[in-house]
Amino acid sequence: MNVIVLSWWQLALAASMVVALAGCTALARLGMSRSLLVAALRTVIQLALVGVVLEVLFAAERLVWVALMALVMLLIAGRETMARQKRRLLGGWAFGIGTLSMFFSSFTVTILTLTVIIGPDPWYRPQYAIPLLGMMLGNTMTGVALALDRLTDTAWRQRDVIESRLMLGQPWREAIGDIRREAMRSGLMPMINAMAAAGVVSLPGMMTGQILAGTAPALAVKYQILIMFTITLGTGFGTLAAVAAGSRRLFDSRERLRLDRLSLPRS
Amino acid sequence: MTRDMLRLDALAIGTLDAIDLEIGLGEIVCLSGASGSGKSRLLRAVADLEPHDGEVWLDRQAQSATPGHVWRRQVMLVPAESHWWAERVGDHLPTPSDEDLAALGFEPEVLEWEVARLSTGEKQRLALLRAVAREPHALLLDEPTANLDDATAQGVEAWLTERVRKRGWPTLWVAHDRAQIRRVSDRHLHIDTGRLRAREVGS
Repeated sequence: MNVIVLSWWQLALAASMVVALAGCTALARLGMSRSLLVAALRTVIQLALVGVVLEVLFAAERLVWVALMALVMLLIAGRETMARQKRRLLGGWAFGIGTLSMFFSSFTVTILTLTVIIGPDPWYRPQYAIPLLGMMLGNTMTGVALALDRLTDTAWRQRDVIESRLMLGQPWREAIGDIRREAMRSGLMPMINAMAAAGVVSLPGMMTGQILAGTAPALAVKYQILIMFTITLGTGFGTLAAVAAGSRRLFDSRERLRLDRLSLPRS
Repeated sequence: MTRDMLRLDALAIGTLDAIDLEIGLGEIVCLSGASGSGKSRLLRAVADLEPHDGEVWLDRQAQSATPGHVWRRQVMLVPAESHWWAERVGDHLPTPSDEDLAALGFEPEVLEWEVARLSTGEKQRLALLRAVAREPHALLLDEPTANLDDATAQGVEAWLTERVRKRGWPTLWVAHDRAQIRRVSDRHLHIDTGRLRAREVGS
C-alpha cells in the first residue's frame, strides 16, 4: 500500500480552516486569534525547515551530521526546559542540570535502543536515529521541566518547613525528601498516564503515523510499545538525575537551604 | 549529662561584627535588643543556618569542622514560629515522657492530635518539646514563650530552666520581658549598634 501524496494546495485548505477558527475567536473577543495564528505559522515554518534538513541528512547519512543535529536538538530542549521553570537556579545551573540530565538519559537510551534492539545498518541511520531521539527529547524535556519547576517552587513555598527540619538536625536529603518525591511524581506522571491510556483513550501519534504510512498495525503496535518504554526510561532517568542534582544545588556544603540561588519568578 | 561549653569566636553576620561570647555548662544567657537588631540572625549563625564569618566551638568541636546536620543536632535552635510537616504531632518527635508532657500542660493523647488543629500557643510549647526531646548539647531559644499567657509562660520557663540545669546545656535565650530575664538568666546581654553589652540581671 502506498501513501496518498499530499500537495501544498490541500494543506492550504486545512490552513484556511485554521484562519476561519482564528476569525471566530476574534469575533467572540476571546483574545486567542493572534497567538493561534502565530503558532500555526511557526508550525509551518519550523516543520518545513526540518523537512529540508531531514532530506539532506537522510541523503548524506554521515555520523557527524547526525551528531550535529542531535546536539542542536539537545541545546534547544535545554533552553526550553529552563524557560518553563518559574523560579530557576541561577548561574547557568538551570540550563546545565536540565541539559546534562537529558543528555545522559535520552542519548544513552536512544543509542542502546538503536544498537541493541532495533539494529539498523549503520546504527546511526538518520531515518531511525533522529525521530527516535526527537521523541525521547521531547518527552524527557517535559518531565525534567515539570520536575525541576515543582522542586524549586515547592522548596520556595515550604522554606520554613525545610529550615525547621534542618534545625532539628535532619540531613538535607531528609529535610527535602517529601518535596523530592513530589517533584519526581510530577515529572513521571504524564508518561505513566500516557501508558495507561494508550490504545484505550488515545491512539499514540507515532503508531497512527505508521499505520497511515502503510505499516501493518501489528508491527506499528510493536514499535509503539518499544517507543513508550524507551520514552519512559528516558524520562524516568532524566527526571531522577535532574531532581537529584537540582535538590543538591538548593543546599550548600554546610547543608544550609540556599534559596538565594533561585531567580525571582517572572511575572 | 553532657559536658560542653559553647563559645562564639569573632562571629559576624549582618550588622553584628566580631561577636565573642562564652556560655558555660548549664548557663542561661539572655539576649535582648530592639527588633531588627540581629538577635535571630545571630542565633541562625550559631546554628549555622546562614553563611557567616567567625567560628563557633562546642567544647573542642569546631562548627566548620562538623557536618551541618550533626552540628545542628547538637546546637539546637528553636525559632519563634514553629513549622510542622507531618499530619500528627507524634510524627515529629521521639516519644516524650508523660512528665514532660504534663509539665507543658498536655495529656499523652496530644501525640495523636492533628497539627492543623493546634493553637499558636500549643504549637510553641510542642516545638520546645520537639527540640528538647532530641537531647541536644546546647540550646538556642528565640522568644520561647512569646505566644503564651503569663501563667503558662512561667510553667514552661520553670520546665526549661530545670532541664537546662540538669543536662548542663549552654543556653542562649532571646527574651524581651524583664521579669522573665530576671527569673531565668545567669547573665543578660543587650544588642546595641552591632555590639553585645552586658547588663545587670534584674536591671
